[in-house]
Formats: sequence, structure tokens, C-alpha cells
Amino acid sequence: MKKLINRPDDVVREELAGVALAHAGRLVVHTDPHWIARADAPVAGKVALVSGGGSGHEPMHGGFVGPGMLDAACPGEVFTSPTPDQMLAATRAVDGGAGVLHIVKNYTGDVMNFEMAADLARDEGLQVEQVVIADDVAVEDSLYTAGRRGVGATVLAEKICGAAAEEGRPLAAVAGLCRTVDERSRSMGVALTSCTVPAAGRPTFELGEDEMEVGIGIHGEPGRERRPLASATEIVETLATAVVADLPFRAGDEVLAFVNGMGATPLMELYVVYAALHRFLEESGIAITRSLVGSYMTSLDMAGCSVTLLRLDDELTRLWDAPVDTPGLRWGA
Amino acid sequence: MSAAPGAAGPASGAARDLVDAAAVAAWLRAYAAAVAERRDELTELDAAIGDADHGVNMDRGMRAVVARLAAAGGEGPAQEGPHGGGPDEAATPPPLGPLLKTAGMTLVSTVGGAAGPLYGTFFLEMGKAAGERTALTATEWAEAVAAGVAGVQMRGRAETGDKTMVDALLPAAVALGAAAARGSAPAAATREAARVAAEGMRATIPLVARKGRASYLGQRSAGHQDPGATSSWLLLEAAARALEACGAAHAPQDEPMPAADDPV
Ligand SMILES: Nc1ncnc2c1ncn2[C@@H]1O[C@H](COP(=O)(O)OP(=O)(O)OP(=O)(O)O)[C@@H](O)[C@H]1O
Ligand SMILES: [Mg+2]
Repeated sequence: MKKLINRPDDVVREELAGVALAHAGRLVVHTDPHWIARADAPVAGKVALVSGGGSGHEPMHGGFVGPGMLDAACPGEVFTSPTPDQMLAATRAVDGGAGVLHIVKNYTGDVMNFEMAADLARDEGLQVEQVVIADDVAVEDSLYTAGRRGVGATVLAEKICGAAAEEGRPLAAVAGLCRTVDERSRSMGVALTSCTVPAAGRPTFELGEDEMEVGIGIHGEPGRERRPLASATEIVETLATAVVADLPFRAGDEVLAFVNGMGATPLMELYVVYAALHRFLEESGIAITRSLVGSYMTSLDMAGCSVTLLRLDDELTRLWDAPVDTPGLRWGA
Repeated sequence: MSAAPGAAGPASGAARDLVDAAAVAAWLRAYAAAVAERRDELTELDAAIGDADHGVNMDRGMRAVVARLAAAGGEGPAQEGPHGGGPDEAATPPPLGPLLKTAGMTLVSTVGGAAGPLYGTFFLEMGKAAGERTALTATEWAEAVAAGVAGVQMRGRAETGDKTMVDALLPAAVALGAAAARGSAPAAATREAARVAAEGMRATIPLVARKGRASYLGQRSAGHQDPGATSSWLLLEAAARALEACGAAHAPQDEPMPAADDPV
């Protein structure tokens, strides 16, 4: 294992120390329990947005804390859900009197910890709503699984709902919008290499030089199938075909196309993927009217990418374009 | 305050028929010891169908529970409880609800993953059921365990057959209630429950997981014993051992579980 760390056990703590120093004045990092808040929280009268999840996906979620996006983020250990005491402390602190929305990725641990936190917060008289994001088409959504995993749509939901909260919309409306983003988004990813969890010290799974895992999860969970490595164009065809067929996206749709890097893939390759995606969608009559290309939801040092499509309408487009000022996403501010 | 029979004085000959704070503390310590001993086995089971962290998660949590017990002076039943303070309350045995709730909240804030909220809820709901009582009859003990298991099902929405801890816990709670209803003492009833939990644990091997991380594997999850069902069997086994030791003498030991009846 080659990593820029000191001791595996200290990675998350030292990372948060770095975040606190690098973004002093914009973010406040609390310890014991860990949570990151925007410096001006609580914002009176605004619905507060809290998210969280295991560490190792940076900039998600801590890098999306700031005006126009999240009010607080709760980082867990690497790839491990944070705990209810973190979420409860964050929820209490950022509540500006208009209630708190929890944006939760659909993993059993995350869902149960956030549910416990919401129960505890409601016992204290706080108003909390939760929306679970589940957009990964690689997982069969049936009674026989824990349901689809939450991936790329989480980033889009945090941005769009952050803008709606900033406009002063009430909690029920922001939560409803979050469900809309989840319902209109689909994603799928591919891994070219495994990631290595610092505490484990070795790759999470074995993947040959000439192989790829199609449908990979952001914690290195197995995908749909292992296949011989293919060209960027062929990989995009595989991912986009599955994503488009699932919603389904149709000719005439306007979409936000999000090409996300898994951590170790250069931006150069992500743009190659984006060009292929643009061609693929154009041939299907689907117009990309907004785009996001970069590593926003990573899986440590995994090489690979994911493709997320969101069917836009005028309101979603306007909220996407609204100013945002966070370490990870910043425009119009 | 409850008027549970025999609850007036410190644990005495009545210990055989009642589960008091000393017995619960002994159970928690025995469980922590069992989890520490089997940490790597639990993690290996989770590596096969999950993310290889179950033993590590549970060990971290149960160590924290034992540390909290020690910090609260929970070495024996005669210590002052959370309500202690008044001179004539010095000998009042501590109520079980706060003890169990402390264990639950400690697990919730230290374990993480799926197992943290699930085992945390188990102890929180047991604590609610036990309330201010200082000792439980076999029937009350069975009811408290059943309340804990109902909490696990409320939190995780799993049924038996989903290949989770519920496959060990639910039949064990039913067996515990049935044995108590037949008039068994807590230790004997819990011994029966542990036996049933071991059966439920082994029965998870051929199952295809329908809940949790393992469900992503579909058919590939069959042929592996569920890690959560295994830690749940250990929970019941630790309870049986602790109650047997409390009934036999008042100095329960954290002796390692023998390998003879080792179903792992
Ligand atoms: N919905 C559920 N109901 C009951 N038990 C469950 C449920 N989901 C998972 N489990 C149990 O949890 C065990 C796994 O616990 P563990 O501590 O490894 O959490 P985890 O699944 O790794 O959590 P995370 O996905 O957040 O990392 C499984 O073996 C299973 O017995
Ligand atoms: Mg696990």
C-alpha cells in the first residue's frame, strides 16, 4: 500500500484537521462527535440540509458544505456510516427554525443510523424529514435486496435542494424536490482498478490488468459482471444503455449529464468519456443541457467512472444554475 | 419503583430466580469477552458476504460498553446506582432500565454500520421494557428480550429467512418465553434460548440474503453463515453463561467460551 498518510487509524481525524485549516472561516469542523458545518450556521428561517456517510468519497459530503448546498455533513470512518450522535449534534446545531432535511444514501447502515438520529431529534421536538437516494441501476431493486445504492444523484440532490432551501422554500417542499431528483436520476459505474482501504492495507478486490468490473459500487461492492477491458466508447455504451433504459430517458428529454471520476482517473479520461456520452445521447435524441465532469464522489484510489443522468425541467435547471459556494462546487457566488 | 419479589435486598439466594443488575453487567462483560475472542472469525464471516468489518465493529462497541460499566462502578450489585446518593439508598440495587439503555446508547455511538443501530436498539428496547425494576423474573426477562428483538425488527424490517441476526434472535426469544412460561428459572430458560439461537445461526448457511449488504450478492450469498446471526448466538450464549454463573456463585468469571459446543 502506497498512500500519503501517517497511520491508517488517524486518516479521518487528520483529514478533518486539514479541512478545518484549509477552509477556516467558511467551514467549522467539530470533533467528538465529528461533523462539519458552514461557518454561518444556523441560518435563521432557512431549511437546513444535513448529509453524511463514510469517509473516502471526498469531496462528498464535507466538500459540499456551504451556501447553496449543505449546512452540515457527518463523516464516518472510511466507508463506514457515521453514527446517530453525530447526526443529532449536527441537526440540533444547524436548525434555523425551519426544520432539517437529512439526505441519506441507500445503504443499510446509513439508513438505520439516520433513522435513529431522526427519532432522537424528533423526541427533542425538532422537525426532521429524510429522503433516501437510490439511483444505482446496477443493483436490482426488488423485495430481495436492500434496494438500489445511492450514488451520483446524491451530489445533484444536495446542490438542487440547497438552492431551494436558500430561496426560503419550506421543509416539505425541499424534501419533495429531493425525492423528485432521486426519481428522475439514474446512475451506473465501472471500475478499472480496486480501491485500497487504509486500515485493510491491500486492494478490496482483485481485478486483472485486462479486466473491468461493470456496475461497481462506491465501496468496491461487486457489480453486475466482470468483463474484458474495452474502449471508452464501448464502456460508455454499456453504462449509458443501462441508465437510459431504466428510467427510461426518451428522445426529446433534456438532461443533466454527470461524468464522475472514482478517485484515480484523470480528468483527461473523464472528458473522453463525456464526449462519448454526448455522442451516444445525441444519437438517441436526448439533449444534454447541463453537465458536470470531475471527481465529486470518489471511492478512495479506485480508477473508473460513473455516469449519472437527471431528467431536467425548467425549475430543476434554474435551481442547478443558482449560486453555490462550497469547497467542492462553486459558481455564481 | 417495582415490587418484584426478592428485589428488596442485595442479590442473595433469590439470584437463581431473578435477573438483577449484577447479572446483566456480568452478561455484558461475558459478551464483550466472547466478541473479543471471536473478533477475527466474525470479521471473516463478514468478508465472505459483506465488507469485513463486523467483528471489528462489535469489538469496538462492546469494549466501550465494558469501559462505561467500569466507569459507572458497575463491578457489583452493591454499588450505588444512577439514583444513588441518599444515605439510606446506599444498599438499593440499581434499576435495570438505565443500565441497559446506557449499553444501547454506547453501542449506537461506537459501532456504526448496520450492527450499531440494531444491537443498540435491542438494548434500548430491553431497557424500556425493564424500566425501573431492579430484578426480573424469568417471565419478565423473556419479555424484555422479546422487546429487544422486536426493536431489531422495527429498525431493520427483517423477517426470519432473510439471513440476518433475526434468524438467531427471533426463535431464541420465542424459546425463552416458552421456557419461562413452563416455569424454568432464567438460567435454564436462557440456556434453551442459546441452543435455539445456535440452530437459527446454522440455518442461515444455505439462505440467500434479502437484507443488508449481503443482499447485493444475490445467490452468491448462499453457503455462508451470516455474521450478525453469529454475533447474536454469542449474545444469547453469553447470557446463559452469565446467568448460570450468577446462580451458582456471586463471582461470575469472564471465562472463555469452550470450543466443545462451538458451532461457528
Ligand atoms: N435489515 C437488517 N435487519 C437485521 N439485521 C441486519 C439487517 N441488515 C444487516 N443485518 C445484520 O447486520 C450484519 C452486518 O453487520 P455489520 O456490522 O457488518 O454492518 P454492515 O452491513 O457492514 O454495515 P454498513 O453497510 O453500514 O457497512 C449482517 O450479518 C446481518 O446479520
Ligand atoms: Mg459489515
